[in-house]
Amino acid sequence: MLTISKENGNNSLVIALNGRLDTTTAPQLEESVKESIEGITELCFDLEKLAYISSAGLRVLLSAQKTMNKQGKMIVKNVSEEVKEIFEVTGFSDILTIV
Amino acid sequence: MKSIELDATLVNLPKVIDFIDQNLEEVGCDMKAQMKIDISVEELFVNIAHYAYHDVVGKAKITFEYLEESRMVRIQLVDCGMHYDPLAKADPDITLSAEEREIGGLGILMVKKNMDDIQYEYVDGQNITSIYKRVE
Repeated sequence: MLTISKENGNNSLVIALNGRLDTTTAPQLEESVKESIEGITELCFDLEKLAYISSAGLRVLLSAQKTMNKQGKMIVKNVSEEVKEIFEVTGFSDILTIV
Repeated sequence: MKSIELDATLVNLPKVIDFIDQNLEEVGCDMKAQMKIDISVEELFVNIAHYAYHDVVGKAKITFEYLEESRMVRIQLVDCGMHYDPLAKADPDITLSAEEREIGGLGILMVKKNMDDIQYEYVDGQNITSIYKRVE
């Protein structure tokens, strides 16, 4: 189960994730990012309520990061200890901007 | 030892994770270790669902065992699909930039990094992957 909430500003977008980002829910996020990323120069993922992330979820974040490298910047905030450890062992803490 | 056998399809992933979580709760596993174990089981089960049986639906069996002496959880994933050693593939380079990073290989790397031990064997036409994690 994953709930995605979006908050749009001027060319900015905050995507807050609540629940589990796994193989079954990652396509939902991928679709959601795809439909709203156009023209966005500041993208923020709020992971405060993200309880779980597997490699399928990491792939969506990587893909969003690649897009944002071309058109602006992306940050990831409110990362829990558990999720941070996953970012570290996979080298994602070097790719993502975690604040 | 407890076990569950089901079709190796993505829709069954939540059932597999529920089975694992219920057993981990009985053992008294902390949240951090639980997430690592869930991730590892997900990656291995999804691999079976995607690749083991090509276009037909095959079975996967998952067993759960708590080894009291070593305080280790042992989980085995068994399928009768094509011979495939998940440990044979080289790890992706995790020092590359976002542009250079490739999509593949991340799942099995997560298993290797999150578990205390992984073993693979091919016996009587079955792929058997065993993962071990100490729970405190």
